[in-house]
Amino acid sequence: MFIKPYGDTSDDGAVQLSFTLPIKNSGRAKEAARLYVQKLGFKKAEVVHAEALSEDFTFFVAYGKTDISLDYSKVEYAEAVDKSMSMDEVNEFIKTHLKRKLVVVGACTGTDAHTVGIDAIMNMKGYNHHFGLERYPMLETYNLGSQVPNEKLLEFAKKVKADAVLVSQIVTQKDVHIKNLTELIELAEAEKVRGKMLLIMGGPRVNNKLAKELGYDAGFGSGTYADHVATFVAKKLYERMTGKK
Amino acid sequence: MKGLDARIAGNVAHRNAKLKQYKDKVKSPLIYVIVATGNIYEDVKQAQAAALQGADIIAVIRTTAQSLLDYVPYGATTEGFGGTYATQENFRIMRAALDEIVEKEGRYIRLVNYCSGLCMPEIAAMGALERLDMMLNDSMYGILFRDINMYRTFTDQFFSRMINTAADIIINTGEDNYLTTSDAVEKAHTVLASQFLNERFAYNAGMPARLMGLGHAFEINPEVKNGFLYEYAQAQMAREIFPEHPLKYMPPTKFMTGDIFKGLTMNTLFNFVSKATGQGIHLLGMLTEAIHTPYLQDRHLAIANALYVHNTMADFMNDIEFKKDGIMARRARLVVDETIQMLSDVKKRGLFSAIETGMFAEIKRPRDGGKGFDGVYEKAPGYYNPVETYLKKKLKVGK
Repeated sequence: MFIKPYGDTSDDGAVQLSFTLPIKNSGRAKEAARLYVQKLGFKKAEVVHAEALSEDFTFFVAYGKTDISLDYSKVEYAEAVDKSMSMDEVNEFIKTHLKRKLVVVGACTGTDAHTVGIDAIMNMKGYNHHFGLERYPMLETYNLGSQVPNEKLLEFAKKVKADAVLVSQIVTQKDVHIKNLTELIELAEAEKVRGKMLLIMGGPRVNNKLAKELGYDAGFGSGTYADHVATFVAKKLYERMTGKK
Repeated sequence: MKGLDARIAGNVAHRNAKLKQYKDKVKSPLIYVIVATGNIYEDVKQAQAAALQGADIIAVIRTTAQSLLDYVPYGATTEGFGGTYATQENFRIMRAALDEIVEKEGRYIRLVNYCSGLCMPEIAAMGALERLDMMLNDSMYGILFRDINMYRTFTDQFFSRMINTAADIIINTGEDNYLTTSDAVEKAHTVLASQFLNERFAYNAGMPARLMGLGHAFEINPEVKNGFLYEYAQAQMAREIFPEHPLKYMPPTKFMTGDIFKGLTMNTLFNFVSKATGQGIHLLGMLTEAIHTPYLQDRHLAIANALYVHNTMADFMNDIEFKKDGIMARRARLVVDETIQMLSDVKKRGLFSAIETGMFAEIKRPRDGGKGFDGVYEKAPGYYNPVETYLKKKLKVGK
């Protein structure tokens, strides 16, 4: 099944673009923007708006139509969780199948000072009417907050015998999150805890694919709530437990 | 001491002269944007572009880890993460860049940095010397959100506020942070309570109300029915309670998603409330909040949005009155009542115990814990700090 963007007719390939070029606003600048859009591979390119941001920069809004299509049947992506359970279902699942409380440790690591992500998943209150992991009776949770060094996080996780470690990364400028996430995996490898506890990453710019590439058990991007994470942790641990039997 | 005093007085005089010279171009509220490239020279390009487009205030974001450094780094930053270090050299570079635009545009452009973390007085001093105009400076933020020891923070905020006052620098307090960890409808009173505390701490440091940019934020979940009315009520209430203070109003961040179009709409409503309630310092929301640090065009779209809203409803504030027992008036009364209740509880327990038991932002901090505690000593009987003595005398503090 080949797909193309849909503007107002099937397969018209219409795409909306906006960008800034480092040139002074003029008729020539607008023509340059149009040619640039064409160079990107768009057949019909139209610059509908040009505005000076300063003497040296101009902002453009443009539309283009593309011939390029994609075979959707060949796209592969595995979600960390297909269908998430509710808080009550997760608790019931843990009680029946794992028969003990699970220990979850979370932190925003490295120099990243933003707790908004880890708080949305862990805080009692949760986010957008989804209670956080602290509210789950069958979870014992520790939210270590922000700017936690990777060493400290693993040390703590070992101390409390964590079943799952949640790592939040919000700042992604210059790919600082990749370096930090890789360092944690290497440390986990060296400390021989990888495979023993689930390592899970979260943040607006990460996903399950990146997680797998870096060696994590799962990755959760924007739109994730505590129920998704809890479902994954419970099911994955159950899978591991029964797999070992 | 005399040399320093003259330099700071010179900075104040220069600022006042420019403000007076270009007073016709002063907007209300002042438009505040952020630059955060991590390279001070890239920051300069973006700051100048923003100022030319209409921004009145430029804040240079600090690199993520500085709040926990117990010293101030030296020199220009070109490779920071999520911002640059607050250094005297960075302050000087940006001040000079903005001063160019001041003359070009005939409008005074204010410069902001962060006087928070473990080095509040040190950074205040650098700002005073290099003519910064505003400083983020909260009395409890470090304790709650950076786990800095409370003796340390209360001492530092006092000292830094005396310096800021001496240099006529407007502080911006951090009440918006309460709403990123707690719900903006349920915990609205914690914002007002913190505003009262910040105000009191600032008065105690000799600061006049005109330098107190008390903070609050537009952070109610957009799915809440009548959420806009609650936001409007809260902002109007803050305006009426703190009439002389240049209130600092912060944009939506918590419920910003990757949907930039929805984000732009939310920012428009935020811009409306800000103008309708006469806020002083208006931090613009970015449509790409929660995605990346602002692109040049993101800032442009935000400024264009704000200028449009502020102009099209220029005199709206003077043309409207509120129903005496309407949803908004009742909401404001509820928040005030809850605030009085909360502050009475704090008074009963004492502020330290209140923080220890998690009364603020639902975060508990012990009085003998946190970063920087190892540097806290009780004053010896013969303790003498010439700077402190000088500032107290100048600002008539403790009389």
